[in-house]
Amino acid sequence: MNRLRSFTRLGWALVAAVAGTLAVAGPGVFVARAADPIKIGLGMALTGGLSANGKPALMAIQIWKDDVNKKGGLLGRPVEVIAYDDQTNAATVPGIYTKLLEVDKVDFVVSGYGTNLIAPLMPIAIERKLTIMGILGLANNEKYKYSNYFQIQPAGPDPEANWATGFFELAAKQNPKPQTIALVGADAEYPRHAVAGARELVKKFGFKTVYDKSYPPSTVDYTPIARAIKAVNPDVVFVASYPPDSVGMVRAAAEIGLQPKIFGGGMVGLQYTSVMTSLGPMLNGIVNYDFWAPEQTMMFPGIKEFFAEYQKRAKEAGVDPLGYYLPPYAYAAIQILGQAIEATKSLDQQKVADHIRANEFSTIVGKVRFGANGEWAKSRVLQVQYQGIKGTDLEQFRGPGRKIVLYPEEFKSGNMIYPYSAAQK
Amino acid sequence: MRTARALIVAVAIIGLGLLLAGLRVNPYIYFAGYVVLQYVVIATAWNVLGGYAGYVNFGTPAFFALGAYTSIALIEAFHAPLPVLILSGGLVTALLGLGIGYLTLRLKGVFFSIATFALSVVVQTLIINWDYVGGAKGYTLIRPPAPVFGNWGVLLFTLMVVLAVVTVLVARTIERSWIGRGLAALRDNEEAAECMGVPTLRLKLFATTLSGFFLGVAGAPFPYYVTYVEPASTFDLNYAVNALAMPMIGGTTTWLGPVIGAVLLGTAQQVATVTISSELNLLIVGVVLVLFVVLAPEGLLGLVRRLRSR
Amino acid sequence: MLSWDLVANAVVAGILLGGFYAAVSLGVSLTFGLLDVVNIAHPAFVILGAYAAYVMNSSFGLDPILTGIVFTPLFYLIGAGVYRIYYGSFERRGEESLRGLVFFFGLLFIIEVGLSLKYGVDYRLVEAAYIGKSIDLGGVGIAFRLLVPCVVGLAMTLGLYLFLSRTFYGRAVMGVSQDQGALRLMGADPVRIKTIAFGLGIAAASLSGALLITISPVVPSTDRDYIGRVFAITVLGGLGSIGGTLVAAIILGVAESLMATLFGPSWSLAVSFGILLLALAVRPAGLFGR
Repeated sequence: MNRLRSFTRLGWALVAAVAGTLAVAGPGVFVARAADPIKIGLGMALTGGLSANGKPALMAIQIWKDDVNKKGGLLGRPVEVIAYDDQTNAATVPGIYTKLLEVDKVDFVVSGYGTNLIAPLMPIAIERKLTIMGILGLANNEKYKYSNYFQIQPAGPDPEANWATGFFELAAKQNPKPQTIALVGADAEYPRHAVAGARELVKKFGFKTVYDKSYPPSTVDYTPIARAIKAVNPDVVFVASYPPDSVGMVRAAAEIGLQPKIFGGGMVGLQYTSVMTSLGPMLNGIVNYDFWAPEQTMMFPGIKEFFAEYQKRAKEAGVDPLGYYLPPYAYAAIQILGQAIEATKSLDQQKVADHIRANEFSTIVGKVRFGANGEWAKSRVLQVQYQGIKGTDLEQFRGPGRKIVLYPEEFKSGNMIYPYSAAQK
Repeated sequence: MRTARALIVAVAIIGLGLLLAGLRVNPYIYFAGYVVLQYVVIATAWNVLGGYAGYVNFGTPAFFALGAYTSIALIEAFHAPLPVLILSGGLVTALLGLGIGYLTLRLKGVFFSIATFALSVVVQTLIINWDYVGGAKGYTLIRPPAPVFGNWGVLLFTLMVVLAVVTVLVARTIERSWIGRGLAALRDNEEAAECMGVPTLRLKLFATTLSGFFLGVAGAPFPYYVTYVEPASTFDLNYAVNALAMPMIGGTTTWLGPVIGAVLLGTAQQVATVTISSELNLLIVGVVLVLFVVLAPEGLLGLVRRLRSR
Repeated sequence: MLSWDLVANAVVAGILLGGFYAAVSLGVSLTFGLLDVVNIAHPAFVILGAYAAYVMNSSFGLDPILTGIVFTPLFYLIGAGVYRIYYGSFERRGEESLRGLVFFFGLLFIIEVGLSLKYGVDYRLVEAAYIGKSIDLGGVGIAFRLLVPCVVGLAMTLGLYLFLSRTFYGRAVMGVSQDQGALRLMGADPVRIKTIAFGLGIAAASLSGALLITISPVVPSTDRDYIGRVFAITVLGGLGSIGGTLVAAIILGVAESLMATLFGPSWSLAVSFGILLLALAVRPAGLFGR
């Protein structure tokens, strides 16, 4: 009976603690912050499925904030970035952005990372006529056609198809031209879009589809899928996948000896340092989409300094140590917003949006100009090929030479090794 | 509280909700409030089966999501108005509840829970592969201008107030009726109850159907709240955990428990999302769950009861 | 395209996968199948084991399976400790079902968040000599990356089976699951026996975690993919039967593999769980249940 009493007391203590915390923290939700700085707010995936990219993206935005504040801020005022964790869950977005706008009273908002997290933001932005910088989402504005939305992902005017255009162009250029293609992707938002775009391109470039299937993302073993693909002997294999499946497919392909003439396409995850160092030489020959590679052709002004700062912070934060994928684009997105605010000397949503729409910007990822629907006027989805990877050391990926840019022409940094099997030797 | 008084209180609460809506306080309250009220419905609905009858439903996400996706299907097909969506969503999930009840007729305790979990996976796979409602790509809902109040945030909030009140009233009515007593007998000892002539099978089916109905009702307006519905986050594990934890924290034997639990835990989660906002959120939920379950296993109401009896 | 070659390969791949699934489910077969404890946090312990293997592998180059074996005593102690808390708080008061579930959910979150706080959310993989190599046996290709975990899984199952049927403590565990009162009359302390069994279940998680990270990349939230699978396998195999768990695991593995090869993988998960639902409707005791 004594134990029961003490448990009961502890129970009450716990209740009191929770209630007390709520009483203290609750109103904290409504405390307005200092009036002086310019506030930029966003929700970002700090936990959940997309956090591997979300956390580095937020870090990049914070690096920009520090860079800008070092130079005196925007319009002479310091910049403050307010970010909340959207937990990779679309249901949190309405609440988060309402809080940012109505309680924190931010001056501008930026989107979260990923198509799923940008989508719920669109109606809110449209309702309040906000300017939105989108951080890597695919075709979010197709249905809305909202004029004040700008997407930093370099997909270009037809995002679904442009994703893989380079891949197909490279394939079609080969002599003799490959005939058959296998399409495979995960049952999830991005891969479905990517494969849909690939289907359009198959028709456009005159290939013959011999395999077109999808798999649930929690699949453990990709060997059966790789085998089924090998059985139909395709010339080209296009995979649209997320990191665990990308790793699974590459490994399975290596293990069963799946060697089409071209292998790759839309695999997310091959850009991550941890995946590159793990797969090592298995990557050789794979042609895949990418946004940035440490090649000479991609050294834009300011990007070296950005990576130096990012890589310093990344070590302690437990995120991707090199950051050669999403972070520079997150930085560029908010860099553009900042430049537009400075140029128009105002915080007016419409003036800033009009300025962004009408001008070309110089960012750490090069020159950016927006076109219809807020997408890039010209697609700049790179197609890279992994070459000459030996072993699993990280340092070989730091500099040029391992991820050769094949497409588009203006950034090409080397020649394609064709067929795929030649690069594996 | 007599029935008449209960009804008056219910109407009063709805009135308060309307007042809050009319005052147009900080819009954030409507958005956060919607989620908390949604959990009141979910927790109360879950508790009808889990607390009253003792059958732990592990597949709450399936019911909630099915309510949401039924709405989407009807919006796509007929541009159906909200009341129709809510009723239909509830009916479809009620059928699902009835189905799972039949399927698990002979299953006791934890087998039932596992069956509901398996059901959740099957339903999720079905939805992922059903392109009409967006499938894995997700579905974008372009909202027309709000028919009442001119503002979707306010409208949805008020709607949820009404739904929450109705759900709690129904749960309370059941609890005090012969059905509630039968369910309690079922929970305490199913064999003995059968021997005493309690129609356990029929009661079980009633509980699963009703619980299913209100879980679907909770999910039906969801597409309007979030405007982008995709399977992974709609079937999220958090719905399953919260449906278990909220009644447990408040107390499972009566209608008041889930309400208290939903308000406390739901509010705590909303506050944490916009203050601490990081992995610590989940850590806190985990710690609170463990502590509560160890120190106050009968929930808050159990603690109150013990305090009173001393 | 129904070539025997393809089907044979699919079946073999399924068996290999099944052996791995069995390893992951063994712990649940012990704690849930024999002790009736709904340890929903078991996959979280598996991920904990996976991270242990990752840390040892990246810092010292230790083979992951070796790490898994080395860490089993530590995990055993953790399991014993968790059981003591569980027993003291719930089982003794006779209110297990819901409270236990919530307790283990809380534990699952705590472990998941702890890992992501310490190690971040980047995908973690391990390197070992046998990852990436495969052998060919008469037209059927077998990847070591899957073969080794399968073999280890089979060994674990055999080891556990022998323990339960041949040793004193093992038989005591079987006894405690059947009749606690009788066990007490025979002079054994049921609580102590159950503590040992639970500890063993979590110890199994250590090794199966190492197997998991050998097969595929891991993040702290990977555990959620396995919650359903491990309980489905345990129930399908029949509560209380270690051999049943193995058979069920292989059935599930082969079903997933055949679906993926012949019809398209989209429905593999639904098929697995559909099988489970059917089994529950037709024969709830499972294949070999008592």
